Amino acid sequence: MANNNDKPAIIIAGMHKWYGDFHVLRDINIEVKKGERIVVCGPSGSGKSTMIRCINRLEEHQQGTIIVDGIELTNDIKKIDEVRREVGMCFQHFNLFPHLTILENCTLAPIWVRGIPKKEAEEIAMHFLEKVKIPDQAMKYPGQLSGGQQQRVAIARSLCMKPRTILFDEPTSALDPEMIKEVLDVMVELAEEGMTMIVVTHEMGFARKVADRVIFMDAGQIVEENTPAEFFDNPQNERTQLFLSQILH
Amino acid sequence: MTTETKKYPAGMHPVLPPPSGSVGPVRWMRDNLFSSISNTVLTLLGLYLVYIIVPPFIQWAFIDSVVVGAESRKECLAIMGEDRGACWSFVYRRWGQFVYGFYPVEERWRVNVAFILAAFTIAIVLVEKLRNDKRILIGAILLPVACFFLITGSSLFGLVSVPTNKMGGILLTLIVGLSGIFVSLPISIMLALSRISKLPIFSIFATIFIEFIRGVPLITLLFIASTLLSYFLPPGSNFDLLLRVLIMVTLFSAAYIAEVIRGGLAAIPTGQYEAADALGLSYWQSMRLIILPQALKISIPGIVGSFIGLFKDTTLVVIIGLLDPLGIGMAAISTTEWAGLSTELYVFIGLFFFIFCFSMSRYSLHLEKKLHTGH
Ligand SMILES: Nc1ncnc2c1ncn2[C@@H]1O[C@H](COP(=O)(O)OP(=O)(O)OP(=O)(O)O)[C@@H](O)[C@H]1O
Ligand SMILES: [Mg+2]
Repeated sequence: MANNNDKPAIIIAGMHKWYGDFHVLRDINIEVKKGERIVVCGPSGSGKSTMIRCINRLEEHQQGTIIVDGIELTNDIKKIDEVRREVGMCFQHFNLFPHLTILENCTLAPIWVRGIPKKEAEEIAMHFLEKVKIPDQAMKYPGQLSGGQQQRVAIARSLCMKPRTILFDEPTSALDPEMIKEVLDVMVELAEEGMTMIVVTHEMGFARKVADRVIFMDAGQIVEENTPAEFFDNPQNERTQLFLSQILH
Repeated sequence: MTTETKKYPAGMHPVLPPPSGSVGPVRWMRDNLFSSISNTVLTLLGLYLVYIIVPPFIQWAFIDSVVVGAESRKECLAIMGEDRGACWSFVYRRWGQFVYGFYPVEERWRVNVAFILAAFTIAIVLVEKLRNDKRILIGAILLPVACFFLITGSSLFGLVSVPTNKMGGILLTLIVGLSGIFVSLPISIMLALSRISKLPIFSIFATIFIEFIRGVPLITLLFIASTLLSYFLPPGSNFDLLLRVLIMVTLFSAAYIAEVIRGGLAAIPTGQYEAADALGLSYWQSMRLIILPQALKISIPGIVGSFIGLFKDTTLVVIIGLLDPLGIGMAAISTTEWAGLSTELYVFIGLFFFIFCFSMSRYSLHLEKKLHTGH
């Protein structure tokens, strides 16, 4: 374990991806250390979602390597499942399972993927539901919760698998303004506990507060990569400057 | 408006009952039956239709009818005299045949026991509380096997074997209908999953199979079962006719239900598949735990519709010489004693099918309500 600790959590090297003829990701290189918090931003259609979805193989890359926790992603289903067990993901539209209660949403994967006994899985689930501050909703169905509550459940559901890394794909962009804060608060707390996080978001306050590094993507490439302070106050690339001027008004 | 509106301090308004006249049966009738002139006319017309149809039918079917005591249609008419009611006597006299077909009389108790076991099985499948207990669930698998041995017989248990051509009537309908329903559901799920599979072998096979079966009338398939199959089978092999019919009926409804389920699968957002994948669930786990429960729920009305269709289609086996209740009845009314009783026969058969199909339909509504989780 000890020598595992200095291995990077995620290595993406020379990665390319095409949708048919469309070259959607071009030569992506990222190294994420354990416990590091990365914020990814960029204009719509620049390939942010595609990039982080490659990390847990929801999308397949065609060239280059992606290594997660020392496991290289190939067509090997076993390796893919191994990576997915250790990498949680929260989606823009939450994607909770509507036919299961909140508690069942949270215990499903621990029970079936990790083989944890039901009782124990429920205890773990309640622990994380408390952490995201909605233990009282455990017996309800997702359809009965507000968007902000659903997203917090989605975060708890990921946490129940005790992942080493969590990927967030615009977790607040489908939410009403008054709910954004409750989700960001949970994410900030996670970041403070040292979870490795890759967050696609346009919440620049969040980026400033917790990110170790901000990655700016445009047209399928990484255009700029810097600490939040440098990134926001002293952007180098003119595309970054343009993007920031638009997003910060 | 005489209601005085009291003023309450801001935020202190109490909960009040609704004003009188806005709820209750009178209000309901005014809203639903007499809300406009055309609506009122339709309501009165409906009441008139009920008036001219229902009382005469009750008179015919119950009040003036004869059930016991007549040995033939002539005796029926003699008993009834002037009032021409229904002559149910042939149903009463031939009740045994209607239920068991030509199953040996001294062995009929076996069928009765099998009916009871089948009822238990259905209860286990339908009632959630029973289904949750693993031991009882195993019963649901063993009971049909027991039914099979009871009905066909087995020297192992000292039961005389009864050839399938002796089975008829309600027994035959239930054998074909129930085994068709229980076997076709899993097959149709596999077909639907194959059809949307990314692997071409599966999807091509499933597509060809489904389109072939759906493109051919069931009667044709039944004829194939009764005649053509003998050419393919090695000479001398005795492949039971009832079994062949069962296979054909099952495949037929499986193809239809597969398409219904495919529709349900298509309605599941990709986000559900992605969330399941992202959590590390395997293909079969995500299908079983996430995708199918939702897809099947959407498909319930369509699936039950297909089941009802299958159940009624069992009457088609008459054409290849198997005697379901309709066949038994038609044989009965072509005898000299009962000739001319076709109305009674079709009302009786209609009622029999209606009871089963209507129950299925109600259960499906109940299931839809129960599975509704507010999304
Ligand atoms: N399945 C697909 N097939 C073809 N093209 C796709 C597919 N998914 C995405 N694309 C295209 O790839 C590009 C990158 O999409 P992606 O969703 O990664 O962008 P994004 O940066 O996440 O944008 P947004 O901020 O709008 O979410 C877009 O131009 C999009 O149209
Ligand atoms: Mg996106």
